[in-house]
Amino acid sequence: MRVRDRIGIWLAWPSGPALAVLPAILLALVCAAGAASAAPARVVSMNVCTDQMAMLVAADGQLRSVTHLATDPQTSAMVDEAKAFPVNHGLAEEIFLMRPDLVLAGTYTATATVNLLQNLGIRVELFDPVNTFADVREQIVRVGKLLGREGRAAEVVAELDSGLKELATSSSGVTALGWSSNSYATGAGTFTDEVMKVAGLTNIAAREGIQGGARVPLETLLAAKPDLIVTGSETYARPAIAQDNFIHPAFRAYVAGGKEVSVPDKYWVCGAPFTLEAVRILRTAAEATGAAR
Amino acid sequence: MTDTSRYRLVLAALSLAVVLLFLMSLATGPAAIGFADSMRALLSGDAYEITLIMREIRLPRAILGLMVGATLGLSGAVLQGYLRNPLAEPGLLGISATASLGAVLTIYTGVSLVFPLALPLAALAGAGVAVLVVRAMAGGSGGTLSIILAGIALSAFAGAMTSLALNLSPNPFAAMEIVFWMLGSLTDRSMIHVSLAAPFMVLGWVMLALTARALDALTLGASAAASLGFDLRRTQLLAVGGTAASVGAATAVAGAIGFVGLVVPHILRPLVGSMPSRLLPASALGGAAMLLAADILVRLIAPERDLKLGVLTAMVGAPFFLWLIWRSRRTML
Repeated sequence: MRVRDRIGIWLAWPSGPALAVLPAILLALVCAAGAASAAPARVVSMNVCTDQMAMLVAADGQLRSVTHLATDPQTSAMVDEAKAFPVNHGLAEEIFLMRPDLVLAGTYTATATVNLLQNLGIRVELFDPVNTFADVREQIVRVGKLLGREGRAAEVVAELDSGLKELATSSSGVTALGWSSNSYATGAGTFTDEVMKVAGLTNIAAREGIQGGARVPLETLLAAKPDLIVTGSETYARPAIAQDNFIHPAFRAYVAGGKEVSVPDKYWVCGAPFTLEAVRILRTAAEATGAAR
Repeated sequence: MTDTSRYRLVLAALSLAVVLLFLMSLATGPAAIGFADSMRALLSGDAYEITLIMREIRLPRAILGLMVGATLGLSGAVLQGYLRNPLAEPGLLGISATASLGAVLTIYTGVSLVFPLALPLAALAGAGVAVLVVRAMAGGSGGTLSIILAGIALSAFAGAMTSLALNLSPNPFAAMEIVFWMLGSLTDRSMIHVSLAAPFMVLGWVMLALTARALDALTLGASAAASLGFDLRRTQLLAVGGTAASVGAATAVAGAIGFVGLVVPHILRPLVGSMPSRLLPASALGGAAMLLAADILVRLIAPERDLKLGVLTAMVGAPFFLWLIWRSRRTML
């Protein structure tokens, strides 16, 4: 009976002047709900790249936790900022206990963990690894929208764009090879390739048709004779054979004349205005090499 | 044809094979360099990059292939004669695995950076412990089953400890290198590795070679050998020390490579006769040829994949091992 009464009321209610007010009330209700989901108050990040974008964009108190990698100077360019936040290790249990209303994660974050959080009713937003500066812009804008901080996101993008405008240069003809542990080289379609291009370098690996990453043995490197070899600044607490390629006598002999330029990984593992520092390092090296010729 | 002339012929053929395979190894690599160009660059040093490739990348690799192979072939032949056991071999007896463990402990703790000699010495110590354990387990009679079981236990333990040490390393790449230590590789080894390992391998070879005549006498039994005037304790010292030094040094720079020491003596025994003193030099050459061939194939089959040497040697060695077990079932039971 009661149910029917309510329906009766609902059916009877919108009449006369009230009818005109209804759309406005509904709109207000939708907007309130929208604002609640657009400006989450307890954001937790599970990926070192979303960590840094969130730290750049979030309002005070909005971001509740970043990953332990954000405090690692090898992978993060924002170690000092990250120290202000409690760290998480990407485990479903610890993240659930933080009672987040929004979780930011990478598409390579453990799928099982992400699925578990979603099943627990937590909103999880996934971010792909960036491959171009266009991707970086898009992701910063997206974080801005998700956090209700569009204005701040636009500022960050503007900072990136003005830096790029100042630093980007046309091809200098200087060839380079990005070479990392286990002799892995970075080819076309990678963020490394994009940064090298912006700095005016010709990526030899991309020119030779390597897509993504591939092993380029020391022999092949020497035969290709790149003007510059771009290495990371990977220094681990303990050695491994994976880094033997950097101490091989043949490699040391080849780079002895200043052919090695090292770009700390933290600048381009993730894309953000701090990536401009990688562009700057590469461009300086390219100009020095070009001038020497 | 007399036995002696056939023995000389076999040695000559094996030497020729080793020389040819050594040259082929020098000519094989991802950088497309013609054979004539590569040899000219190796000898003259005109073309800078090609000379670097030849002298600093391919030459150490070929030298290590030859020396590690000779070590495994020789030590396999000595162990089979000394333990009087057809299944004896550094890999199967857990000697390579424990040598790996010793090497891993020095490399991944950073000790070998400060004190490079620690690497071959620790591998040598690991190998030495393994030989002594296997010897103790074998007892006086040299029972096949107990030796193999001791080898399995040692391999399993050393393998597990190696994995543990690598998993605990703060270097994120260390855990992936378990494969290197279990299967072995010569990829991008340098002259540094040659200079570190070669002295110990040569020392080991000399010690192993000195056991030859005692091993001949041992084919008649331990008491017969003793009554012929051979000091069996000295033989033990030479066999254990020689295996530890050579296999330890080889494993320290190339990882554990299995089955070479098993297959090579068995293939050559029908050709040179059952005298250990003749089998030893033939096995050393045969081991060198087999490992050089395997290392060439690794580069031809999957140049970009960094295939491990142990994959190829196991493909030949494991079926052979099963066949040997099949044949010796009666004596084992």
